[in-house]
Amino acid sequence: MTTIKFTFNGKAIELTTDPSRRFLDVLRNDLRHTGPKEGCGEGECGACAVLINGHIVNSCILPLANVHQQEVMTIEAFSKTKRYAIIEEAFIHEGSVQCGICIPGMIIATESLLNKNPDPTESEIRIGLSGNLCRCTGYNMIVKAVQRAKERGRGLW
Amino acid sequence: MSTINRSVPKVDAKDKISGKMLYVSDLHIDGMYYAKTVRSTISKGFIKSITLPELPEEVTVVDYRDIPGKNNVKMIFEDWPVFAEKAISHYGEPIMLVVGPNKAIVQDVVNEIDIQYTLAEPVFDMVNSVVDYHFTKGNPESAFKNAKRTIKYTYETGYQEQAYIEPQGFIGTIEGNKVHLTGSIQAPYYVKNAVVETLACDPSDVRIVQANVGGAFGGKEEFPSLIGCQLAVALKKVKKPIKLIYEREEDMEVTTKRHPAKITMEAAIDENHHISAIKAHVGIDGGAFTGLSSVVLSRAMIAATSAYTIAHLQVDGDVYLTNTVPNGAFRGFGAPQMIFAVEMFMNHIAKDLSKDLHAYRLNHLAKQHDLTTTSGTFRDPILMPQMIEKACEMSDYHHKKTLYERPGSYKGIGMSWFLHGCGFTGSGEAEHIKAKVKLRKDEQDNVHLMIAAVDMGQGAKTTLMKVAAEVLKRPLETIHFDNPDTDQVPDSGPTVASRTAMVVGGLVARAAKQIKDNWVDGKVQTVHESYKQPEYMSWDQATFTGDAYPAYSWGVNVVEVEVDKASYEVTVKNIWSVYDVGKSLDDNIVLGQADGGTAQGVAYGYLEVMRHKDGKIVNKNMTDYVIPTAVDMAKTETVLFDNPFALGPYGAKGAGELTLVGGAPAVATAIEMAINKRIYKIPATPEYLMELIHSDNN
Repeated sequence: MTTIKFTFNGKAIELTTDPSRRFLDVLRNDLRHTGPKEGCGEGECGACAVLINGHIVNSCILPLANVHQQEVMTIEAFSKTKRYAIIEEAFIHEGSVQCGICIPGMIIATESLLNKNPDPTESEIRIGLSGNLCRCTGYNMIVKAVQRAKERGRGLW
Repeated sequence: MSTINRSVPKVDAKDKISGKMLYVSDLHIDGMYYAKTVRSTISKGFIKSITLPELPEEVTVVDYRDIPGKNNVKMIFEDWPVFAEKAISHYGEPIMLVVGPNKAIVQDVVNEIDIQYTLAEPVFDMVNSVVDYHFTKGNPESAFKNAKRTIKYTYETGYQEQAYIEPQGFIGTIEGNKVHLTGSIQAPYYVKNAVVETLACDPSDVRIVQANVGGAFGGKEEFPSLIGCQLAVALKKVKKPIKLIYEREEDMEVTTKRHPAKITMEAAIDENHHISAIKAHVGIDGGAFTGLSSVVLSRAMIAATSAYTIAHLQVDGDVYLTNTVPNGAFRGFGAPQMIFAVEMFMNHIAKDLSKDLHAYRLNHLAKQHDLTTTSGTFRDPILMPQMIEKACEMSDYHHKKTLYERPGSYKGIGMSWFLHGCGFTGSGEAEHIKAKVKLRKDEQDNVHLMIAAVDMGQGAKTTLMKVAAEVLKRPLETIHFDNPDTDQVPDSGPTVASRTAMVVGGLVARAAKQIKDNWVDGKVQTVHESYKQPEYMSWDQATFTGDAYPAYSWGVNVVEVEVDKASYEVTVKNIWSVYDVGKSLDDNIVLGQADGGTAQGVAYGYLEVMRHKDGKIVNKNMTDYVIPTAVDMAKTETVLFDNPFALGPYGAKGAGELTLVGGAPAVATAIEMAINKRIYKIPATPEYLMELIHSDNN
């Protein structure tokens, strides 16, 4: 048992538990945040993605200890932001959502990408999303949504 | 003309984007238990002994002895046990569940169970036929006798894994005698009927609710019936809420996949170099149990000449059982294997006869009023010539073909032409499914669709709600469609076979019309509709004769590739598609189906590799089984042709499967052009391409 302290969706929290536990399990079971999904459990599909200090991380292969003193944001808090509103509108407009299980991860990937590069080319967008698997859409409508978000959200990133 | 095709925001998009949408693994019930499945570690043999560790308090094991009814997962044949008794037929076969309040302890118990087996010799080759079908059209014997020459090739296809991002799972509760299961499923009534048989209980004692589904593609058609039966048996014994969620590796190792197939095609060529007859043999690997394989085989056989008309046919097919994971439903359902074989065969015949591929295939293309493979009739207009022309224009096909055919270009452009029969094969809809829908108007004049259709991402909710809103001339916000609950909705059939928009949508439109015609403000009104087979349809299942489908959707795919000269790695550069789905009920939704289906179909042809070794799946996770990423997936451009079908709602036919079935031959013919060798099997991996490039007799 160790006490891990981190900022979780804007609030400082402390958890006393086994620090080697998968962060995804802590999020879903202890903190009851189910926006991050488990698709593969091996860091391949990105459905479990969260932002750590603004960068995308797969929480299924992340030990809890690694978030000590870090800033963690999940889709639950990101969905309250202005940037999110722009991304949401773009995903709806472009018809980018099918079954939806990968989408919270895709939103996190979009935020992480635009955070680093507010004006990505199509190819940079594809690379930026390539850690997130989607089996429904063939990605094109998601790529278009990111293009729309970067245009309509100029100045936000 | 209706403007129903104009896109609207999907009704469930906001909740999915924000992460608020709950899927089965997100559901939590206080005090719930967890179940894990104990599985065989051999491919064939018998259980000699099972030694359990000392069970911690509150941990229970559940096996075949706990089944109150039949130890069989109700499908078509009775050969798929809920739990293995003595005989083991494949690696990973379920033997028991371990259930307890602590997941880690449950896993420890699973690890400590010792099972000893008597081994038997497993069968992995396609030799043990359990289903064989045959049909003929015209007089193939005489056509072969009069042939100037015959041409024969064999084509092979591999496994394909649905790879939905959400693994399979259920959560269940029990109250008194009543079992309530909520799961990631495509067919609530399949699960219900199977559970009722396994529990030997009154149907009112089983309630099945569809959880939000994180992708399915056929993988959640019949397999969830197995998990549902197991969990129901456990609920009866343990009497606590239980959650059973597969992990990725478990899901990929033991759930149903696309059938590997071996298809032999032989053509009789007449004096005009025309194909006068075809003999086809379709062999599919069913895995350990028959499941839905016989129906998959039927669809494959009926697609034996795909988009072409051949006057004389002899089509034979077998389902072979092997000691491997059972294969089952996957978007396309037998058609992707057959259409790959047909398209490659047409190209190979044209090459053997030194004919222009394009012109040769056009000469054989099916036309309205032609007889189908099963001697039914193509009743509706066929727009393929215009669709093909459009695809050529969009892709600059003819120009690129001239460029890429030069030796050493390592570039290729390929094309596939195909159809897909919409809805169940033959009399399935009229005799087995008998779909029913119910619409209920409440006092606030909101209309509720009480149907068993499942939105698994394909947009069934938005689409069917739009149909009702359009008929009623009411705002979409006044239409409601909850996830089906078998206690609330009648059996509108499974969400499979590209039948939902056409068949269930048609019933919803009729029911909405009834409400509209009898509308009384503020009054509760309920209407029912049930499926009536189109009068023109006749089907003889014994001889496979007649109209196999009420309608056909049509498609053209063009794929452009580059092959790396050193590594033989294939890069898909562009994909163009033209589809006739009757009438689109929402353009964004249909184009989304097109993008996703084509991605799966093209990847099936060159990228997705799954093999077993001694019956054990080798590519059992997302690292070893590669599906396309945003980088692998090329840009797609899709055009829809309007060709309304008189009996579909607003003219809609099937869309979901059509978009997958032509992908593999389009990419394979492109690769053939790039390497100037013939492809006989998919996936066309770099290893296979290297073999072809270094082979002299291809």
